[in-house]
Amino acid sequence: MSHEQAAADLTRRTVLKASLLAGGGLALEALIPLPAGVLDAREGKSAPPAQLSAFVSIAPDGTVTIVSKNPEIGQGVKTSLPMMVADELDCDWSQVRIAQADVDQQRYGEQSAGGSTATPKNWLPMRQTGAAARAMLVQAAAMKWHVDAGELSTAKGRIFHRATGRSVSYGKVASVAATLAPPDLATVPLKEPGQFTIIGKPLVGIDSARIVKGQAIFGVDTRLPGMLYAVYEVAPAHGGRLVKADIAAAKLSPGVKHVVPIIGNGDADTGLADGVAIVASNWWLANQARSKLAVDWDLSAAKDHSSSVYRAKADAAIAAGAGTDLRLDGDPAAQLASSAKRISARYDYPFIAHATIEPQNCTARYKGGRLEIWAPSQTPQRGLETLHNALGIAPEAVTLHLTRAGGGFGRRLMNDYMVQVAAIAKAVPGVPIQLIWSREDDIRRDYYRPGGWHSFEAGIGANGDLVAFSDHFVTFGDGKTPARAAGFNVAMPPAGLIQHLHYSQSMLPTVVTTGALRAPGSNALCFASQSFLDEVALAAGTDLPQLMLSLLGERREIAAPDNRSPAFDTGRARDVIERVLQTSRWTQRPTERARAKGFAFYFSHRGYFAEVVEASVSSADVTVHKVWVAGDVGSQIVNPMGAENQVRGAVIDGLAQALTGQAIEFIDGAVQQSNFHDFPLARIPMTPEIEIAWVKSDKPPTGLGEPALPPVIPALTNAIFAATGTRIRSLPVRLKTA
Amino acid sequence: MPYRLNINGTIRRVDVPPDMPLLWVLRDELGLVGTKYGCGKGLCGACTVHVDGAARRSCQLPVGSVGHAKIHTIEHIGATVIGARLQQAWLKIDVMQCGYCQAGQIMSACALLGQTPQPDTDQIDSAMAGNICRCGCYNRIRSAIRIAAGMEEETGRVA
Repeated sequence: MSHEQAAADLTRRTVLKASLLAGGGLALEALIPLPAGVLDAREGKSAPPAQLSAFVSIAPDGTVTIVSKNPEIGQGVKTSLPMMVADELDCDWSQVRIAQADVDQQRYGEQSAGGSTATPKNWLPMRQTGAAARAMLVQAAAMKWHVDAGELSTAKGRIFHRATGRSVSYGKVASVAATLAPPDLATVPLKEPGQFTIIGKPLVGIDSARIVKGQAIFGVDTRLPGMLYAVYEVAPAHGGRLVKADIAAAKLSPGVKHVVPIIGNGDADTGLADGVAIVASNWWLANQARSKLAVDWDLSAAKDHSSSVYRAKADAAIAAGAGTDLRLDGDPAAQLASSAKRISARYDYPFIAHATIEPQNCTARYKGGRLEIWAPSQTPQRGLETLHNALGIAPEAVTLHLTRAGGGFGRRLMNDYMVQVAAIAKAVPGVPIQLIWSREDDIRRDYYRPGGWHSFEAGIGANGDLVAFSDHFVTFGDGKTPARAAGFNVAMPPAGLIQHLHYSQSMLPTVVTTGALRAPGSNALCFASQSFLDEVALAAGTDLPQLMLSLLGERREIAAPDNRSPAFDTGRARDVIERVLQTSRWTQRPTERARAKGFAFYFSHRGYFAEVVEASVSSADVTVHKVWVAGDVGSQIVNPMGAENQVRGAVIDGLAQALTGQAIEFIDGAVQQSNFHDFPLARIPMTPEIEIAWVKSDKPPTGLGEPALPPVIPALTNAIFAATGTRIRSLPVRLKTA
Repeated sequence: MPYRLNINGTIRRVDVPPDMPLLWVLRDELGLVGTKYGCGKGLCGACTVHVDGAARRSCQLPVGSVGHAKIHTIEHIGATVIGARLQQAWLKIDVMQCGYCQAGQIMSACALLGQTPQPDTDQIDSAMAGNICRCGCYNRIRSAIRIAAGMEEETGRVA
């Protein structure tokens, strides 16, 4: 959507409300509808127009308080969204204080962290809110000086009348401004990019100073008078139900105050899992008492939900044929049959866990029919719905505070921990309860990135062109609908770029809970498809970047098949590919033995990313020496300090998925991994140099939490092939010792 | 069991079982929540504290074994010269994303610079390998340690 369209959309329903702060000053509340068609947190789904509200207040001493509405999970929105307001307000960043909003849909509209959507959804509304406040302050000064507002200028929180040399601070006119009618947001003048004084500057995160001192800021740091600590013992296998619990011994364990068996609603995805809560004066004492529980679980639903069984079923599905059509363009079967060269390969990847470093946790107090919650959640508003469904607590009876979250990566899109602590708090009314999952709980009860299998086939013409392409995807689901985050992307290249293409799908049922993990779908589909296209390119006598450039062809927009997801701009794709070939000096190949570069490209979450990895292989060890990233997320990087951190983090995240051995495996629904020794994360010695180049297009800015991740994995595995001749068709990378 | 612990220069009294890890004494008995739980197995380093100046994983340290040792936590580290320099360096280049592991990172970095005032990259990697940053802020952790050690100027561009 263009700026103009968005602005036109805003005119219709925008409401600004100004009021006087207690003690004087301006409070500006903006109820701003979002442009229709802005993406929902789940990529590819269109959301209804939502209301967004921002809240700016200016105290008589000039202090500007900006409410940050969205959850902060390390992606930097608590700093970057207020930067947009502050820049258009034209104040100095040192004047700004940021307050974390409680959850309040009526007041703030959507409050969520997911899908790299905060920047595209808020870029205009946040700036308009700041600009509106500035216009009111200017108007107040114009009235005070009996001059035309057009004669006034602003900078760093002051208003100037050059002609007479007068100036006044925002704080001095804020109370008068509060009595004025707010301007129309759709027509309030916005800065030209060249006039930005805060947007585009590398700024330190608003909470960083507290973090380095160890001050209480995360969910687990919540402390309330009389608070007790809880663990929640759930079935040892996914899909298990509680039959009988003998809690007598656990009750006598040191420090234990309450032991509460809880029968949930059996809805593992959006409800409350059965379990036994142990509440103690100290979390470690609660956790110790778990060994004293004697619980009978019904694990029958989990039988045969084992990794080996899933693999065998996937093999059978691929052997059986093409599955259900997802996309059929032209006549790929005929083209394959007649092509000069035909290649095929199978790819697969495992379930993986999010492993946020702050384990799932939540704090709650239930008193007098009201529930108060302190939650590190990415979707707190959805949490309110889940509380209602699972426990019958109406949203009006809940006060929900957002805490900073120690990582999200999609795990905290789910609110299972919130419902669990609410159930426990309800059983112990009046007592604040802090539920913390052990690391083992966290690894074993995740909403995993689902595993998947791909059977690819490609036909290459006599002139080396890719003429036909097919992918049979085996994923998880009930046969009709894929499991959460187990869907395919029918726009996946080379779709839309060649005439004859077939995408199809088969599904395996699962009791395992699955969910979105950073760049959901894309993180796996990119590995499989860009690796296979590397094989195609080599078979066609070229290389992957040249194949991609020739497939992309001339600059144009290709509409998404669903007509709702963002269109694919081949020009933007070309630009990032060409840039990374330059920055990485692609054509200069390393001369050392078993050392090479690999390339990959992907478009996800509105971001265009091309990446090159230089890696070497010695015995079975892979060393990544350097990663070059070229990314286009629009015309403006809001906070380069945070933006570069997001890209580096995404690159390291992808390298960890490939190289550390991450895989979640099941035997009869029971997760075999438990902690960082068998589900390893990246550590500092594997960190390569990472060089980032921003390709600035003229498109509105979009998000950065996710799109830099997908290409790094195939860029790495393609580099391993170039270095060794060993094609990596299965994640995690496991090389045999030479 | 009653214990008298020397924490951040103050004697603190607690009454807990001897096998309770120091981490949970700090967090749930004394309200010092800067030290974080990440794994409970000494695998991630989020719970790193100083015991007589050495970096230790407090989740693996039974309170009964602490005795009269001087315990220092992230809440106190800014009062030391190296700790304050590290905190400033961390902020100069804004090392963190979510920030949850950073207390442990700074405690490990502080012990490193106490032993090795000018560490090379291998020494940094070796000393910091026990501290997981799930967000992957490792390039900036290396840089911040070098800045605190006076080995790297803050140029506005960080690797």
